Amino acid sequence: MVSFILRRILVSILILIAASFLMYVMVGYSAQPLQDLESSNSPNKQQLIDARVARLDLDVPPPLRWVLWLGGVAKCAIPFANACDLGSTISNAQVVDILPNALAATVQLVTFALVLAILLGVTIGIITALRQYSGLDNTVTFVSFFLFSLPAFLVAVLLKEFIAIGFNDFLRDPVIGGTALVVIGVIIGAIWQSLLGGDRRRRLVVFLVSGLATSGVLLLMSATGWFENPGLGPIPVILLVAAIAAGAATLLAGLRNRRALITAGINAALAIAAYFSLQPLFDVSSAGTLFILALATIGVGLVSGFLAGGYDRGQNMRVGLVTALFSGAVVLLDRFMQSWGDLLTATNGRPIATVGSKTPGVSGDVWLTGLDTFAHLTLPIVALLLISFAGYTRYSRAGMLEVLSLDFIRTARAKGLPERTVIVRHAFRNMLIPLTTLVAFDVGALLGGAIITEKIFAIPGMGSLFNSGLERGDLNPVMGYFLIVAAMAITFNFLADMAYAGLDPRVRIR
Amino acid sequence: MSTPIGLGPTPPEVPADELAAANSLPESQGRLIWRRFVGNRVAVASIIVLLAIILFSFSAIGIGPIPGWWRFGFKELNPQVNGGDPTLSLLPQFLGGDGVSLGEHPFGQDRIGKDYFAMTMRGIQNSALVMVVLGLIATVVGVVVGAIAGYYRGTVDAILMRVTDVFIVIPALVIGSVVGHWFGSLGAPVLAIMLGFFSWMGIARLVRGEFLSLREREFVEAARVAGASDMRIIFKHILPNAMGVVIVSATLIMASAILLETALSYLGYGIRSPDVSLGLLISSNQSAFQTRPWLFWWPGAFIVSLALLVNFVGDGLRDAFDPRHRRFKLSKMRETPPEPELEPKP
Repeated sequence: MVSFILRRILVSILILIAASFLMYVMVGYSAQPLQDLESSNSPNKQQLIDARVARLDLDVPPPLRWVLWLGGVAKCAIPFANACDLGSTISNAQVVDILPNALAATVQLVTFALVLAILLGVTIGIITALRQYSGLDNTVTFVSFFLFSLPAFLVAVLLKEFIAIGFNDFLRDPVIGGTALVVIGVIIGAIWQSLLGGDRRRRLVVFLVSGLATSGVLLLMSATGWFENPGLGPIPVILLVAAIAAGAATLLAGLRNRRALITAGINAALAIAAYFSLQPLFDVSSAGTLFILALATIGVGLVSGFLAGGYDRGQNMRVGLVTALFSGAVVLLDRFMQSWGDLLTATNGRPIATVGSKTPGVSGDVWLTGLDTFAHLTLPIVALLLISFAGYTRYSRAGMLEVLSLDFIRTARAKGLPERTVIVRHAFRNMLIPLTTLVAFDVGALLGGAIITEKIFAIPGMGSLFNSGLERGDLNPVMGYFLIVAAMAITFNFLADMAYAGLDPRVRIR
Repeated sequence: MSTPIGLGPTPPEVPADELAAANSLPESQGRLIWRRFVGNRVAVASIIVLLAIILFSFSAIGIGPIPGWWRFGFKELNPQVNGGDPTLSLLPQFLGGDGVSLGEHPFGQDRIGKDYFAMTMRGIQNSALVMVVLGLIATVVGVVVGAIAGYYRGTVDAILMRVTDVFIVIPALVIGSVVGHWFGSLGAPVLAIMLGFFSWMGIARLVRGEFLSLREREFVEAARVAGASDMRIIFKHILPNAMGVVIVSATLIMASAILLETALSYLGYGIRSPDVSLGLLISSNQSAFQTRPWLFWWPGAFIVSLALLVNFVGDGLRDAFDPRHRRFKLSKMRETPPEPELEPKP
């Protein structure tokens, strides 16, 4: 095992070095780093050119310059020496200095997109697999084909032109008209009835209840000026938390399991108590406080599940964790919404931004800046998300169908397990195993897609570093970008292989 | 085959239609696949529409020196008609429209008066060209690398697969940008060829996997005993059996080729002005979205339709080649008769 890992890491490093040579030589021969100076009229033109050639070693042919560059990179391997040297840009900034900020912006973007794509894609994939060849399944199949065929830049431009500008215009006079209310109600009702399924009568009831409820809530929100001053308030928070607790217990353990119900109840009660008691603490919170609170939430969820005990502690702990996390998210959401008014004033009533990663001049507590970041990142994340979302939907649908046709599922059903247990505990887990490989591939695709998204939304991340570097013939930032992206791709592939071996006992590591 | 004599178990009853099918001439693999593909209405319709769009674009503005039937070229400047608005009208008069007519500039004009119909057609031509050329080159290189690696195994395989790993580490859009930055100014054919040489990795891995399992089969053994050379075994015996994987992934590469080319052109690393690409059209007219939205809609619609149609064809091919992927309709399952009860009711 250890020798396998060591050999694998060694091979990965060799592949990385070889790929960096390929990349360096290709960019090196295509780049024209002196173009801007050669066309300039400055009197000391020749002097400037000579200085740049000397500084960037442009007189050395690319294959040999790669050796010099690799020497600088090799210094990164010395621990704690901080001797990394990735070269400098044309404008004489060290790549090592500009890389961390760009990396942070891109990692934020890609992580959110990846997590959301997995959550949404897998959920919808499973539901469509359970309702194979239904209207919902065919619709989702067509939509995912459509998303596969949609270029990222088209999505991003459309989001920018319609969603961002449209939503900001809507906020100027936030009243939803009668026709819009009916249309939204019908659409939401149609979605819910196809998700829940059942016979005709049940579908009709679901359609009517969910459609009318949606329209009613929207009408109430519109009439009370909710969009200008949003917030959940105590009663909706309590209702939402109760719904989350009931949902988590039903889905993960079934309502008959009393201990799971107790766990979910404890966590819901704690979340509601936290909502009422922690508001003063929230007002003075920093990002660090929130991190500690998040850890505490996870701890409470797991410990309460463990203490509730029973014959299946793991199941209780999962129920506790899910309830605690989602209830905590509701409490946080409520607090973020309270800062919405401040954001509206700070951005002159146009909060959803189309460029950059934060509004210049907006400063304040963690809530306001956090909300501002969300308002900036929402559309880029959606643009990135849509494409990999389609992939997850298709894969998890196919995976679920395949697992459901296997013999052990038939055995599980034959021994009288409820359908919920068959799906959640037997089929779902085995379906997830092949997805690990897809996640590893997807990371590379998302990092590549970030090049386009960052260009359209003008986010100063890794993608724009690569883009501007390539345009100006600036070799070192391009290589810095490549080094990070390739290392990430290799790492994720490696992790996926290890996870696969860990999860699937049939796979043996040689 | 003679009738079995003795006390063996009676053979199970064969349904009449299956018996008839078995008595008639056996269908060849190719015919079977063809029949399955033709049975897939979506895929057949997609391939017809796809070919129609491509032929339409080539006939409209012609190829190279050969002129097409459309009166404007994609480079010439024309006086602004109707403020550059599209003159295409599809609503017949009896429905309250202006009648079905093309008008002077059916897709409108861009800011300097170029005919947008001709430009869009040129963009479709370039997309089709990149799709076919990139797909062919990637497939040929991928098949050769994968076949050699899978057939010879051992050191050859290890070396070729490490080379594949080196290429696969770089995300497609990154390597595409670098290649496009280098060769994009040399025109669409050169760009397509060069991109093809950097898109073969996926197909090589798949073909290698197929070869690794096929080379152990008896028919390969038989060919080797008969004295066939390695090349003959690879290309005449194994490759035809791996054709399904090759064709399906070639189609999927073509779909992603369209998206790659438009994305590169959008970023400015693909096809350069004055030539036209659908991605380039969107990128250069993006700022005019509020005033002249049609400059955005026409190329956008054609990119999505081309990629969608190719994806549908690929999906149909996959279903045709892989019998396990056969779609069965729930309604057909319901038609099957219920299983007979074990004990007759008293």
